Amino acid sequence: MSTMAEPTKDEAKGGKPLSAGARQERRLGWLLCAPAVLVMVAVTAYPIGYAVYLSLQRYDLRFPARAEFVGLSNYGAVLSSPFWWDAFWVTVFLTAVSVAIELVLGMGLALVMHRTLFARGTVRTAVLVPYGIVTVVAAFSWQYAWTPELGYLAELLPSGDAPLTEQWPALWLIVLAEVWKTTPFMALLLLAGLALVPEETLKAAMVDGATPWQRFTKVMLPLMKPAILVALLFRTLDAFRIFDNIYVLTSGAHGTGSLSILGYDNLFTALNLGIGSAISVLIFLCVGIIAFTFVKLFGAAAPGAEVKR
Amino acid sequence: MHARRGRAGRPRRTRALVALTLLASALAACGGDEDTSRPTLDWYNFPDDSGALQQAADRCSRASGGRYRISYHKLPRAADGQRQQLVRRLAAEDDSLDILGLDVTWAAEFAEARWIREWTGETKRRATEGTLRVPLQTATWKGKLYAVPYNTNIQLLWYREDLVPTPPKTWSEMLNMSRELARRGEPHYVEIQGAQYEGLTVWFNSLVNSAGGAILNPSATEPSLGPPAVRAASIMRDLADSPAADPSLPNQMEDQNRLAMESGVAAFELNYPFVYPSMRSNNPRLFKEFRWAPYPRVDADRPSRPTVGGIDLAVSAYSRHPGLAFEAALCLRDRENQLTAALEGGLPPTLRALYDDPAFMKQYPFSKEVLSSLERASVRPLTPAYQNVSIAVSHALSPPSRIEPESAVDTIREQIDQALRSEGVIP
Repeated sequence: MSTMAEPTKDEAKGGKPLSAGARQERRLGWLLCAPAVLVMVAVTAYPIGYAVYLSLQRYDLRFPARAEFVGLSNYGAVLSSPFWWDAFWVTVFLTAVSVAIELVLGMGLALVMHRTLFARGTVRTAVLVPYGIVTVVAAFSWQYAWTPELGYLAELLPSGDAPLTEQWPALWLIVLAEVWKTTPFMALLLLAGLALVPEETLKAAMVDGATPWQRFTKVMLPLMKPAILVALLFRTLDAFRIFDNIYVLTSGAHGTGSLSILGYDNLFTALNLGIGSAISVLIFLCVGIIAFTFVKLFGAAAPGAEVKR
Repeated sequence: MHARRGRAGRPRRTRALVALTLLASALAACGGDEDTSRPTLDWYNFPDDSGALQQAADRCSRASGGRYRISYHKLPRAADGQRQQLVRRLAAEDDSLDILGLDVTWAAEFAEARWIREWTGETKRRATEGTLRVPLQTATWKGKLYAVPYNTNIQLLWYREDLVPTPPKTWSEMLNMSRELARRGEPHYVEIQGAQYEGLTVWFNSLVNSAGGAILNPSATEPSLGPPAVRAASIMRDLADSPAADPSLPNQMEDQNRLAMESGVAAFELNYPFVYPSMRSNNPRLFKEFRWAPYPRVDADRPSRPTVGGIDLAVSAYSRHPGLAFEAALCLRDRENQLTAALEGGLPPTLRALYDDPAFMKQYPFSKEVLSSLERASVRPLTPAYQNVSIAVSHALSPPSRIEPESAVDTIREQIDQALRSEGVIP
């Protein structure tokens, strides 16, 4: 994945008249990416369109004969259901808390990786290990670790405690698993941002008598802002769709189900394609709103676009 | 969901190797299918560790005289996982499933979706002959037979004779005995399934039926519930509020109950017969005191009606060899194979005659109790929307200590109403 912190060579900036050569280059560019665009349309636009179509139907796999068009009533049913709102707030909580913790830890790790003088390769590799482990595998090891009588972590608790079977302890353990798993990703994105901070600027600040903290808050953070926003955007979008950790750790019981778990249960357990698709479309809209907010309000650069400094 | 992660570039050689392996296995699979002279019937059933199911498959393959070969495939361990795999493949009209091992609550759903074939004529006669009535009920939907009972299951009351000289007849007697034991500082818990899952629905269903009611009306068009359901919910709450409740009741499933009983902290246990051989090997000292009795009654003058469990065998609508599949399913559950499954796998049989078989009675000293329980047993609501009904019930009654009987039953009624119309979101 290309981190978009670096200015790209794309000339596409509307307004400026283009020379004939530039125009031709642009046409060639479109031709070259046309196959990829076609494939993307086929594999994403079609399923999204089909999900929207299904969400307007009463369509239960078990009663194929009773399928009918019901307009927006599935959306009404979902939005008026307490289960949707419970899952929504659980998801918001998990997203906000885990992304906030990841940002702080990720920044720390990025600074360590950036500043390490010796064994730089080893440090960077070690930091990335959790990210390299398949989420489901990691989630299973967390699950066993927290299971009474099986796990080494559960043994640290008073006996009889089963933290994964109560709402708040379980939610915090999910946050822990998420943070452990994806902080390296955050750190990587931030490391790319750190590379943008010119060494001379920092030295100049030092000469002017800035303390390390001032150098960090007054020089590095403003220069890194685009990278931080992109990292936050990516992680927020990812965290909002959290599924695998919850599925393995609690399967959504005891009030720990996220929106994705709710959608999965309605689609695959209840076999209710109409309601399930409506949930999926609503999750899609939420993700869209998050992305829009980040891009428009905070000025995060859309992936691939030129960074405004 | 997180496909982006962990897709680091794999060395090209490994990739080629993987591709070759996949190709080879795909070719091998094709080779097997093309042997039309002796078709392979694919039997999907719960994962059995005792070897009884594989033995049955081998025995029937041999007995077919070369007309078919049965290949036994293990489904996931959890019932939800089993159902999801079957449903996903049947919805895609997968023709590589022939015989399906269905949980007793799925026949209506699969039949209504037209994923399984009706049993008629001679095969129906052979499927029903000598089979216990209540297990057959679980395989029947709208008066038609859609599966043949393979094994059944039923809960008994297990208790410790050193603590409880005479077993309780009713729930209130049992709670009083437990209070008395608690007062004397003796082990006194009642081990029962209180976690938020299917087992909690089974407990509720047994109580509602024992109280003379039902969760759904007979035609499965709307909830019945009423005073017996309120009664059932109150009993659950009373148990959870009394000293009889194990502190981990809201998380307990069958296996945790078994372990708690074996560790000696409990006086009573409501569970399936698998706990008996387990107690014999895990705690021989307590095994000497380990006794059984009928499932407790709600009212002293009305017999209890515990909920029947088990597996029914159905033939997939997309099977390429339905005729052979019906025949093979009948063979898999014939007397000899059911006896093997009972003796080696500990699964109570569905053929009435086996309950008089000396080998079976020796292994199951409680076979009489199991049989009489089965004869008056209740079934879980027969409806294609059973999954939703069950989720609504277990969700509304969890945790048992916080049940408010009247309002819990109202919630259940409302959600069942929605589920039967395919409306509403499930939790």
